[in-house]
Amino acid sequence: MLLKGSEAIVRALADEGVRDIFGLPGGVVIPLYDALYESKINHYLVRHEQAAAHAADGYARATGRTGVCIATSGPGATNLVTGIANAYMDSTPMVAITGQVRSGLIGTDGFQEADITGITQPIVKHSYLIKDPNDIPRIFREAFYIAASGRPGPVVIDIPVDMQLAEIDYQRPERVNLPGYKPTLKGNRKQVKAAAKLIVAAERPVIYAGGGVVSSGAEKELRQLAKLVQAPVTTTLMGLGTFPETDRLSLGMLGMHGTGYANYAVTHSDLLVAVGARFDDRVTGKLATFAREAKKIHIDLDPAEISKNVAIDVPIVGDARNVLRDLIAEIKKLKPSKQRTRPWLKQIDDWKQSHPLTYKELKRDIMPQFVVEEIYRVTRGKAVIVTEVGQNQMWAALFYQHTKGRNFISSGGLVTMGFGFPASIGAKVGRPRDIVIDIAGDGSFQMNIQELATAVNYEIPVIVAILNNGYLGMVRQWQELFWNKRYSETCIDCQPDFARLAEAYGALGITVTDKKDVAEALETAIAAKRPAVLDFRVRREENVFPMVPAGKSITEMIGGQK
Amino acid sequence: MKHTLSVLVENKPGVLSRVAGLFSRRGFNIDSLAVGVTENPDVSRMTITVDGKEHPIEQVTKQLHKLINVIKITDLDPVNTVARELALIKVKSDAGSRGEIMQIAEIFRANILDVARNTMVLEITGTTEKIDALLQLLAPQGVVEIVRTGRIAIERGAK
Repeated sequence: MLLKGSEAIVRALADEGVRDIFGLPGGVVIPLYDALYESKINHYLVRHEQAAAHAADGYARATGRTGVCIATSGPGATNLVTGIANAYMDSTPMVAITGQVRSGLIGTDGFQEADITGITQPIVKHSYLIKDPNDIPRIFREAFYIAASGRPGPVVIDIPVDMQLAEIDYQRPERVNLPGYKPTLKGNRKQVKAAAKLIVAAERPVIYAGGGVVSSGAEKELRQLAKLVQAPVTTTLMGLGTFPETDRLSLGMLGMHGTGYANYAVTHSDLLVAVGARFDDRVTGKLATFAREAKKIHIDLDPAEISKNVAIDVPIVGDARNVLRDLIAEIKKLKPSKQRTRPWLKQIDDWKQSHPLTYKELKRDIMPQFVVEEIYRVTRGKAVIVTEVGQNQMWAALFYQHTKGRNFISSGGLVTMGFGFPASIGAKVGRPRDIVIDIAGDGSFQMNIQELATAVNYEIPVIVAILNNGYLGMVRQWQELFWNKRYSETCIDCQPDFARLAEAYGALGITVTDKKDVAEALETAIAAKRPAVLDFRVRREENVFPMVPAGKSITEMIGGQK
Repeated sequence: MKHTLSVLVENKPGVLSRVAGLFSRRGFNIDSLAVGVTENPDVSRMTITVDGKEHPIEQVTKQLHKLINVIKITDLDPVNTVARELALIKVKSDAGSRGEIMQIAEIFRANILDVARNTMVLEITGTTEKIDALLQLLAPQGVVEIVRTGRIAIERGAK
């Protein structure tokens, strides 16, 4: 079928099942936008390209489908960079399409020219610069395959404007031919058997689950495994919800701001079973003392993660769901005892008693943790929670009981301020029936606040719950604890009236200063079915506890004791 | 220990930059790098030497494997490998020293490519150690410039 390059791109997107795109046009993508004009694909016009990338990211995490964003050449493309890096660090499937100056102009410092494949090289799973329009069908096919398969990640496709104008014969390739790309999905049998033996023999096992459980859809298997051998489960920030925190076996999150009981359990365990997690420094703290009494099993799709930070006894490379299924089958053959871990679970219950997650309640002042708890109560734990970055993020992680994967969306690796609001827009586009709440800080929210226009424009009813303390709160917390309270450049109490600003954009805005009004504001926002900004004026110098100082062992916590 | 990695890559634009970029991003140092096409024009071979003492070689190869255009990586076993390097050496020479330099060249089976009034250019092929030894002998004469290709290597036998 003869098509213009730009039409071929839109056709290829449709062939990949793309329904929604986030982007902002510019000179060299005018042909592409012209082809989108009559397409059935929904395009959401953002107000800043960074938001397009984050929205595509949030969309992908909420739905499991690859997110797509578009920007023009030069500044449009460079504005995507933070969003691409964010997707790379958190292994989000994303295809970022950028326009490029016409091919003859490349390398001449042309108008709005930037070498975006060069700039993004260290932060993409793969990238393409299209130099022959006939490659469009193949490259799009490959890009979507690479982005979503194996360990997912972002793929950049840079398309010079003349490639969009050339006429080509469009045929979707039936298969991809990538000789250097063959992810290992099935775990090695021998390794699975060795792991099963360790698991049934363990007396103090801990399962440590991460984002890989979400992306492989292995929640059911994770729960089966935990029940089968009565092993407690701790999750990373990326893995929150993969194991229900309402379950007795749940330890909540571990690491720098993990629960006391999770950190004690990991430290005293005799077997650590890591599933789709990567032993990040915020999780392990001081490596020399991290779970040193434990044998370690590591299930991961990416062989490069095995023994990268922590030496592993039994590595299993494969997709978490496949491997867990095989592992459960092997364990069943060994007839595991459910009694074996009883004393261990008793010990953990004691730690839960002595180190509960808690905060001091005040009579009228709003505590940020209280807002998070109210969000849980009002939504009955069924909302999609998106977060900004900093204290708000940690309170959202700790004080909401996460029970489902893909219902907690947060920038875990790059930790990008400004991520939450556009990501929540993406999540709501992907899952319009669910309540989507961005738990925000006043600092982060202001980094992409312009997207209020996008939310109002397309009637995307996300709720932004600002835990407003007038500080860049997490940095202020570090300054308080480790820098002698010298609050250098962290006070941002010169701020707009967020409720009135929301109203100015056409959204609902409510300011809440009294604890008793928190629930009502949430209920009003949910009932309004339009974009809403709730400005919760919280206690200004509240800290996130427990906290492990950087570089310390994860049992050396500040706060969090009874 | 020095490792010689023989890396087959797709012969596509940007591949060298991806490989080099990966080394710098992960903080791995490359001792030498040589690239050329193979018997299959769609495939190039990169021969990379890295110091395994400085960086865990396993992590280097695993990260390399993640590049979509990298097809195969072999950490060559030195016992079963023939490795060579080529160097062009410009050395100071005058009527007095020319004879001695020619003698050294002959012992090392180096070719003389150019003789000028004050310099000579020698070409030598051999192991890294052999080239280093020649350079040591030439040092007293005054080495003006050295150009080395970096190591290339191939496995012995039918494989």
